[in-house]
Amino acid sequence: MSLLEEMNQKASALGIPLSAHLDITWRCNERCVHCYLDHDVKGEMSTEEIKGVIRQLAEAGTFFLSISGGEPLLRQDCFEILEYARSLRFNVKLKTNAVMIGQKEAERLQQLGIEQIQISVYSHRPEIHDAITKLPGSLRRTLDAIRRMTALGLKVSITDVLMKHNVTDGRHVQKLAKELGVAFVIDPTITPMLSGDRSILSLGLSGKELEEVFRTEEFVGNVGEFCAPSGAVDDDVLDGHSCSAGHTLVYISPFGDVFPCVQFPMPCGNLRTQSFRDIWYGSTELKELRGVTVRDLPTCSSCGHVGSCTRCPGQAYLEGSMRGPSSADCEKSYARTGIPSANMMLKSEAAMASGMAWQASAQLVQIRL
Amino acid sequence: MAYSEKYVAKSTTIASRLLGDETIVMSTVDSTLFSLNPTASAIWEAADGKTPLSRIVQEKLYVEFDITLEQARADAEEFIAELAAHGILVVYDRPIAQ
Repeated sequence: MSLLEEMNQKASALGIPLSAHLDITWRCNERCVHCYLDHDVKGEMSTEEIKGVIRQLAEAGTFFLSISGGEPLLRQDCFEILEYARSLRFNVKLKTNAVMIGQKEAERLQQLGIEQIQISVYSHRPEIHDAITKLPGSLRRTLDAIRRMTALGLKVSITDVLMKHNVTDGRHVQKLAKELGVAFVIDPTITPMLSGDRSILSLGLSGKELEEVFRTEEFVGNVGEFCAPSGAVDDDVLDGHSCSAGHTLVYISPFGDVFPCVQFPMPCGNLRTQSFRDIWYGSTELKELRGVTVRDLPTCSSCGHVGSCTRCPGQAYLEGSMRGPSSADCEKSYARTGIPSANMMLKSEAAMASGMAWQASAQLVQIRL
Repeated sequence: MAYSEKYVAKSTTIASRLLGDETIVMSTVDSTLFSLNPTASAIWEAADGKTPLSRIVQEKLYVEFDITLEQARADAEEFIAELAAHGILVVYDRPIAQ
């Protein structure tokens, strides 16, 4: 077990929110077609309120702090917030589109000891990237900023969210990341808006496209290993949790709302009226979430993918129940292994029972035979 | 054994947090992650650049842990040398303001 895994295990046992994701604004200078945020919500926390939240996180034991948005640099106090967080010795990551990072800003980030700058790049072609961000010139400005930062020794990571618009550009972005000397991560998941609006899911990859991504060695490493079906599961898996959301991870909105994760919009309290400690240790929602083990999941616990699935309880929550399946992850498991999930089989049986032919049902029967 | 006076201070290029009875420290320069045991954590917490190391050893290690003074000194020297080599701690021969 790595030192980081040991830390997470210890934090989980001690009930410590080791990682926090703090959005300091939802305003943004880009309008990415797949974004899950509403950029026009008013009432952001003030500088002092945000510092108060950060102080409380330090007291609660948080070590990893992601400052994000929206575009965090749209706040004039962004550097003051970053400086305050570093003065409390957080490991700070900044998620930004970087279009506002000039030489002066890059130098300041370097002086502050920001651990990593995480930036989304959707294509190596301006016409594709800029069409996704809806900000003309954004690719050029983002890449210029990345070069400025890497020249100063800052660690930058590029995330490429793969959608129908840009899936064919993935390898080119990876090549670009290599040329820039930065880390590269693909993310083939489009998530519903936090409001519950699911219309943006239509931008996501088809099953066939997902299959191709998962069979691309440059993205997943050893394809055989990556696509291998899950082995037998033991009690450690069944007694464990789907992810760290609400266990060692917390998300805080610019308005002081506390959630288990940015992709898990279950309100657990608000920092304008409650202390972080009261919410983290006292919220009935978080207590309920922490009580759910994999064994308790009515469909997923009996699924053959349970040992390797990336099931997102936040997406399951948005689909109706935090104990339910997360369909997007069922689709990923299916695209990866060719084996339908228990949830897909149930849906297929229900569809067949009602006389409807679900798309994957034929494949399902063939595999089972 | 002769014991020359030293002052130790935390580098400004680190992130750290107490996790139970251990301290986690990460270099923001090279992302090296350290987990400090309770003895090392005691030195770390006291490393303010102003308190002489001999006093830290006496008050934080010898008094609070069940070890000899010689052992406490040896542990402190080993710990400081290792973290200083990674740029996590900075060693001075006079007090500094931090």
